[in-house]
Amino acid sequence: MTANGLLQIGLFLLILVVVAKPLGLYIYSVYEGRSILGRVFGPVERGLYRLFGTREDAEMNWKTYTLAVLAFSLASVILLYALQRLQGSLPLNPEHLGAVSPDSSFNTAASFVTNTNWQGYAGESTMSYLTQMLGLTVQNFVSAAVGMAVLMAFIRGFVRQTATTLGNFWVDLTRGTLYILLPMAIVVSLVIVSQGAVQNLSPYQTAQVLDEIAQGDADGASTTEQILAMGPAASQVAIKHLGTNGGGFFNANAAHPFENPTPLTDLILILAETVIATGLTYTFGKMVGDTRQGWAILTAMLIVLAVFMTGAYAAEAAGTPQLEALGADVVASDVNPGGNMEGKETRFGIARSALFATATTATSTGAVNTMHDSLTPLGGLVTLFMMQMSESVLGGVGSGLYSGMLIYAIVAVFIAGLMVGRTPEYLGKKIEAFEMKIASIIILVMPALVLGFTALAVISADGAATIYNTDPPAHGFSEVLYAFTSGANNNGSAFAGLGANTPFYNTTIGLAMLFGRFFLIVASLAIAGSLAQKKAVPASEGTLPTHTGLFIAMLIGVVIIVGALTFVPALALGPIVEHLSMIVG
Amino acid sequence: MNVNSHGKVAQGINWRQVIVPAIVSILFFTVLTGLLYPLTITGLAQAIFPYQANGSLLTDAEGNVVGSELIGQQFNVPAYFWGRLSATGPVPYNAAASSGSNLGPMNPALIGPEGMIQARIAALHDANAAAGVTVDGPIPVDLVTASGSGLDPHISPAAAAYQAPRIAALRGIDVERVRALVDQHTEGRVFGILGDPRVNVLRLNLALDAQYPLPAAH
Repeated sequence: MTANGLLQIGLFLLILVVVAKPLGLYIYSVYEGRSILGRVFGPVERGLYRLFGTREDAEMNWKTYTLAVLAFSLASVILLYALQRLQGSLPLNPEHLGAVSPDSSFNTAASFVTNTNWQGYAGESTMSYLTQMLGLTVQNFVSAAVGMAVLMAFIRGFVRQTATTLGNFWVDLTRGTLYILLPMAIVVSLVIVSQGAVQNLSPYQTAQVLDEIAQGDADGASTTEQILAMGPAASQVAIKHLGTNGGGFFNANAAHPFENPTPLTDLILILAETVIATGLTYTFGKMVGDTRQGWAILTAMLIVLAVFMTGAYAAEAAGTPQLEALGADVVASDVNPGGNMEGKETRFGIARSALFATATTATSTGAVNTMHDSLTPLGGLVTLFMMQMSESVLGGVGSGLYSGMLIYAIVAVFIAGLMVGRTPEYLGKKIEAFEMKIASIIILVMPALVLGFTALAVISADGAATIYNTDPPAHGFSEVLYAFTSGANNNGSAFAGLGANTPFYNTTIGLAMLFGRFFLIVASLAIAGSLAQKKAVPASEGTLPTHTGLFIAMLIGVVIIVGALTFVPALALGPIVEHLSMIVG
Repeated sequence: MNVNSHGKVAQGINWRQVIVPAIVSILFFTVLTGLLYPLTITGLAQAIFPYQANGSLLTDAEGNVVGSELIGQQFNVPAYFWGRLSATGPVPYNAAASSGSNLGPMNPALIGPEGMIQARIAALHDANAAAGVTVDGPIPVDLVTASGSGLDPHISPAAAAYQAPRIAALRGIDVERVRALVDQHTEGRVFGILGDPRVNVLRLNLALDAQYPLPAAH
């Protein structure tokens, strides 16, 4: 590790702390209908509601809200599936790419609608510009806006008393898209274009390369041409980070120089994928009338993030004994990156790669600037573990709170209540049997999906057939575990050595993504519906304050212990055994 | 049927607020974020940053595209600086199919005696021997590993320094001149903090050809 590397990590975390309040206040004003943009575009916004067939003040109970989410998502899946199947006969397809296979189309439709952006395909050789724009970019926006909308409904469950309604989904969806995601995406797009991200509708370019004998393939043929993939990348890259989506325009995602050309764009993209989730913690505190509650949640998240990020950096900076034995210089200096550079880009080096890998798995983004499959065993373990904490450390925009950290907070107050023998309360609402049942289910669904599907994949012939990295076997197991962890948590990154574009993986990962997203949305909104009906209870001497250091420590403990206890056996079979065999040599 | 202004309990589902808005809104957002947004950004990008938006393409004196300054190229000729290993298929540095090796750190295809790293080290040693130079010590790690994109345009300054004696010998010039050229092409960290120092291999090789042409080429 170098001082510069630690400085880069520290700087990133510092920026998050600084932006939390201003951005959180802005987001608050958006959903309250009082944002600056909302005032300017108010008439347009109200016109849209008339167009959609709703009204700003048409409140929904939790069931109607939930069904609106599901209906919108179903319509999205159908549209996205159709676009992929029909792209061969549609315009804006200069490379004449054909229809995507049915199982891959299903997987990708499920993937982008669930805010996962798992990609079984390679962008530049599969998707037409029209599909990338009209299908994938759209879902990058709206799946993120759905996540934020559900969070708003969830928080209203705490805020409202003896109420039956949680807001209007169409209003929340529209405001999040128009006033938060779209303006930020425009700014980020143009900044990354200025640095070199491509944004055009041209056919792929051909370059006459310098070293003319170079590109001989295995058959001895040679070429002097390099085909440069093009396209409207920057506009999609901006929103795939802002919306914690993560699906790359190109196969190599944010490692591709046309998506992420410089260390500056790298910082901007990492910030893009973390700032909204960070701001939402402040928005949460503001909505419940006590900003300390938001700071407590954010503090817990950032402590976990800082520790694991530094851990991943340490693991990657140490390199491997095997690299050293072969004669590679793994000691970092001002001129040599050192460490484990396999799968990493020179311009980012070890620190930015470790930072990105941790941030992208902590948030449910899943974009990558380094190939996770080539991380050291402990670096890979960090990425797995960040997801296995139910994407509660920042997490997806919205979902990081409604199916992540706030659910853990409910469990934490419940456990604390058991310790002192009192009915647990959170934010003035009694947490009773119904809420606890649902919260437990929310926490159990993800491990059940991950471990169940992983077990199925490794014992079934269809699943085992495309595990190519079987030497050592522990690594092949890690790849499968990673695939389902990523799918069920709606992350989308991959240990990409696994051959996942098969009917088996397309179907099983598709199902894991759909359950991981929509089952938890239904469950979280059910809790919100139940809480909204309750009266607030005034805080008494027996109430556990949930903004103190004690509660933050308790919350971190619950997140780690619940995450760890569930997954340690599986991790022991994968990265841990691989690490042990690595250090033995 | 939904709820009145007094917040009276409405347990039913208001389907009118579900089906039609779902269909109309997804169509609206498709046009807005799938068409207007990317086309607007394309228009702005083409107007304000045309060079970058079109791939930062480098051209020769006749205007032919010789590559992109952001995309690496494969170099096998020992008189050129070599870049990172590239795992793209079917040929290295295939800029229409970006990819990393996706090999785990213990995979024999990476670290074994027949592996990628060993093959690169042998090639570097052979090239040095053929050029009549010896460079002792370990090889900078980025020179023996594959990049994430398979298109990494850079190597570290250490990886360039390692190759400088070979280039100098093969081009018949003093090694200090090569080092000076490397220094000119070394980019530092952004704001002195972000990222790692790096050298753009294609631009460095273009500069080499311009200033110290290969004897054989003439």
